[in-house]
Parts: sequence; structure tokens; C-alpha cells
Amino acid sequence: MEDEEKILLKGNIAIAKAAINAGCECYFGYPITPQSEIGEYLSKAMIEEGRIFIPCESELAAINMVIGAGSTGTKAMTSSSSCGIALMQEAISAMYCQQVPGVIVSVMRGGPGLGNIAPSQGDYNQACYGGGNGDYKVIVLSPSTIQESIDLTYLSFHLAFKYRCPVILLADGILGQMMEPCSINKNPYNDYDYNIEKWALNGAKNREPRNLVSLHMDLGELEKLNYDLNKKFLEIEKNEIRYEIFLTDDANIIITAFGTVARVAKTAVKQAREMGIKVGLFRPITLSPFPSNKLGNLICSNVKIVLDVEMNLGQMLKDVRSSVFGKCAVKFMGKPGGGIINSDEILEKIIDINNNIES
Amino acid sequence: MEKLVYQESKCFIENFKYTFCPGCGHGYVLGIIAQLIDEFNIQGETIAVSSVGCSIFLEKFFKLDVVGASHGRSPCVATGVKRSKPNKFVFTYQGDGDALTIGFNETCHTALRGENITTICINNTNFGMTGGQASATSLPNQKTKTTPFGRDVSKYGYPIKAAEMVATCDGAAFVARCAVGSSKLYDDTKKILKKAFQNQINNVGYSFVEVLSSCPTNWGMSPVDANRHIVENVSKYYKLGVFKDITS
Ligand SMILES: Cc1ncc(C[n+]2csc(CCOP(=O)(O)OP(=O)(O)O)c2C)c(N)n1
Ligand code: SF4
Ligand SMILES: [Mg+2]
Repeated sequence: MEDEEKILLKGNIAIAKAAINAGCECYFGYPITPQSEIGEYLSKAMIEEGRIFIPCESELAAINMVIGAGSTGTKAMTSSSSCGIALMQEAISAMYCQQVPGVIVSVMRGGPGLGNIAPSQGDYNQACYGGGNGDYKVIVLSPSTIQESIDLTYLSFHLAFKYRCPVILLADGILGQMMEPCSINKNPYNDYDYNIEKWALNGAKNREPRNLVSLHMDLGELEKLNYDLNKKFLEIEKNEIRYEIFLTDDANIIITAFGTVARVAKTAVKQAREMGIKVGLFRPITLSPFPSNKLGNLICSNVKIVLDVEMNLGQMLKDVRSSVFGKCAVKFMGKPGGGIINSDEILEKIIDINNNIES
Repeated sequence: MEKLVYQESKCFIENFKYTFCPGCGHGYVLGIIAQLIDEFNIQGETIAVSSVGCSIFLEKFFKLDVVGASHGRSPCVATGVKRSKPNKFVFTYQGDGDALTIGFNETCHTALRGENITTICINNTNFGMTGGQASATSLPNQKTKTTPFGRDVSKYGYPIKAAEMVATCDGAAFVARCAVGSSKLYDDTKKILKKAFQNQINNVGYSFVEVLSSCPTNWGMSPVDANRHIVENVSKYYKLGVFKDITS
């Protein structure tokens, strides 16, 4: 099938194409580097498909349109970067509370503030721990290749509708901008029944009215809702954790990294292995919920040190630390503000750590 | 022979209770909306978008599907609803704080895009829900919780004449300002809202209706005085009328 054919695609375009294939009916967005190509591509493709594309007045408008479409059970998406995602936080908290599905693609740039347009992982906290209000949680998926960006775009829509919640696909500027061979394969969730007729708004004809609202003032109402929504998230944690492990079985050193950094780290791990150093890699794919137990269980008596590597000042670090739970030392290596880490730097650090373990 | 004097709209939930203060203008306007939904027979086809303000609990009054929006963003939520379900009747019910202060950007852009929805904006010249602070619509010299000496336009700027401004948006099909406060004004408001509903049903495009309405509690007035204030003062500053109608 032509579906399976390998083509050379830029990351942003691959995400846009996957969204079309995932059955995304509406795209709402406001341009910001390094992800503007997603909206540019969809401005043509969505119209050609007879679907909805709106160039919005702001990211506030975009995410709230996603809520509107999501409330009718329609697959909708927005995409943005750093400060644009910051503007969406109130609505993301509301989506969680109102149980409205929707997909938010976040292609991180350097921060804080307007920062720069270099690749960064400075929005791990923003995605996983948010700036929205209340006890809410978001599913955050982190690809490290363009093929995975495609597969996780499908998964984003799937999880958003399976659990009726917001899902963030978190990529960095490198993944958005680089080109790689990949295939726009078939959406594996095409035939999944999300039962939208059980909850979506389409007019209260011959049935009880429905509402998807976020103010709950009756005594105890909001407390109960919080417990119910948290239970749902525990269910997500049970069923949907995804991660990759690479050469960890006999490892003395485990590197933790996500996104493109994990890819760079993998190269360093391979090189170190050739030198006889027992090093492995743990890459979370669901950043939220974080695969804490999986990482924790890897820390057996062999493992002397975990090295967390990120393109920021250590945002995933606290999740890594709480997963390791004091069973071994955790070191950090990172660069903020758009600084890129290469495999030689990681290799050097691995050698350095290994020498210290041995001595 | 018995004569039917009043019949509760079928659109209201049985034994519903308004959450408003006595004499509040919201109740009149919601009553008109319920009657119009009955008259057009669109209860089963309607999706209401509620906003943040005293009127937030639409789902507690109406037998309608309701989606809530964050403060000022209901035109965007309504856009998402209408674009995904173009055959449904979609309206936003917003206050002046919501539609004209925090959310005026969204209001204008929704008008500019000519979304085929109906916006009803209740202008009671203050933030009612939060206790009566000044909003963009508070009148010159109006005393509020945040303009205790009266709104000094040299310091805080002038009130927003939203209907006039929205009427400049080429995408808007119908823009009007009406009021509740007397039975004559009430009847006019019903006519205008009927037109705004009909427009959407006829796919004419975006309708924006600003309704001058009372907030006796925060105005520190009795319901009767509040109604008189609308007739004698508020509707003098904010001229009533139809500012744009592409169907006429
Ligand atoms: C982002 C945000 N800021 C502030 C508030 C607090 N708030 C709730 S209602 C309201 C004003 C509502 O005024 P208006 O829209 O005029 O409605 P009214 O109550 O007067 O009918 C404000 C400021 C909020 N809920 N959300
Ligand atoms: S505070 Fe004002 S707007 Fe709110 S319910 Fe009371 S009278 Fe009505
Ligand atoms: Mg008000």
C-alpha cells in the first residue's frame, strides 16, 4: 500500500499529516516558531479534505475552539510553542474538569519569556505540571523520532477520546524542524468505538439535557469530582504507560532522557558500550503519567548511578529522583535556553562517571 | 371560562429556581430566550454556551445541552461547537464583563468571521458576580466597588459602546441594543432577540444583541429604581436601536 511507503518528511509536516489521518476534523491555531508549518500545512490540507481550519486571533481562542468542537465529540487539535502554550493553561485545566477531549501539540522553543527559537526542553514542567489551576493532570506524550511523532499523534487522539481529556504531544524544535524518512501508516485506532453518543452535546432531543461545565458550587460536588477524575487518571496510569529501555540489563549507569536528547544519548550509550562501559538508557514516552515504577524497578544492585540528561536545567529530574527513590545516586547534565547537547558531551560524561565508579 | 394568563416555557427545567437577586435583569432575558426556543421549536437542536458571570448556571435553568466557557471565551467555544455541528442552534449568553471587557477581542473576531451564532450580552454596567466592580461599560461617574469616587474617565477611560463597535465589523449580520426595565422595552427586546434567533436559523450569520439590564444589588437600588435608572440614564448613554441589519 502507498500508506506504508517511506517518505522524507519534516517533523511538523509529519504531525500535520498524521492529524489528518487520525480523523482530526478541526484545526484551530495561531502561528509561532518553531511549529508554524503545522498550521500552514493544515490551512490547505484541511480545506481540501472539507474539514475545518480557523486561523485564530490568539492561542486563547484556539484552545477554546478546541473545547467547543471537543464538546460535540469532534476530533479537534491546536498546536503552538512555549509562550503560546502558556496562554492555553486556563483552558487546559477546564478541559480536564469538563472532560472534553482535545489534542494540543507543543513544539518547545527556548525560554523563559519570549526566549529564542532554538530547540529546547524547557517546557517539560509546563506540559506535565501545567500553569492551569487546581488538581488537574494531562497526558503528555514525547516522541523522539519523526515516525514516533506520527504514531504518537494517533495515540494522542486515541487517548483524548478514550479518556475524554486533554492530551499534549510534546516535541522540541529539533523534532519539528528536522527531516527523516517515515511512513504515514494507517491510524491503528480507526475502528475504536469511543461511545461519543453517550456524552457528546448535540441538542437534548428526546433525552435528558447534558452539560459540560466547570463550576461546581454545591456542597461536596467539586471534592467528589476531583476524586472521580483522579481515579480516571490512575486508570490511565495503569493502562497507558509507555517507555523504551535500551541495554539496561547489566548496566552500572542508566541514562534517563526524553525526546531528541534520548536519541542523542542512545548514540553515546552505543559508543560507550563499544568501550566496554556498562551503560543503558531509559526513555519515558509518557512523560505524564511518568513511568515511575518501571524506572524504579530498573534500579537493582548493579546500578551505581543514574544520569539524567535534558535540554533544560533539570525539569524531569525530580520525577527521575522520586522514581529512583534514593536507591542510587542521581546526577544531572543539561543546558537551558536553547543550548543543544551532543553525543560526545554525553559520552565524555559517561566515561567520567565510569572512571569514578571504578576507582 | 378559564383564561390562560401565563404558561411556563417548556424549555425551563421543572421547579427550577433562579440564582439571581430579586429584580435582576438576567431573569427577564432568560425568560425571553426560553419563550423563543419554544416558539422556534428548537429545544432539541440547541447547544447553549454559558459564560462566567451571574448567569453562569444555564444548565440549572434550561432543558438544553450546555457547554461552559472560561471568562470571556464563550464566542470561541461557540465557534468550535457551530463549526463542528453547523445544523445546531448555538448561542452565547454573556455579561458585559465577559463579552466586552476580558473577552472583547474574541467578541470582535467572532463578529469579523461572521460565525453563524447568536450572542446575547447582558450589559449591567458592572461585574455583578464578583460584587460590583467597574467593568468596561461602567458609566462616567458611576460608583462601583473599584471606582468608589465614581468612574473618572480622565483616569480610567470611557465606557465601551460595544454595539456601535461590533456593527463596524463587516462579518456581523445583525447588531442591536435593547433594554429591559419597562414593559415596552421588554417587548422590543423580545422582537430584537427573535430576529437574532431567526437570522441564525436562516443562516444569515452573526447576530449580536446587547441588552441593558439591571443589577439592583450592586447599584444599591430597589428593583423599581433600578428599572427607572435604565430608562432614564443607562439607555441615554447607550443608545437603543438596530445598528446593523443586512437583512433589511
Ligand atoms: C479569568 C478570570 N478572571 C476573573 C474571574 C472572576 N470573575 C467572575 S465573574 C466576573 C465578572 C462577570 O461580570 P459580567 O460578565 O458583567 O457578568 P454579570 O455577573 O455582571 O452578569 C469576574 C471578573 C474569573 N472567573 N476568571
Ligand atoms: S449581583 Fe446583580 S447581576 Fe448578579 S444576580 Fe444580583 S442583581 Fe443580578
Ligand atoms: Mg455585568
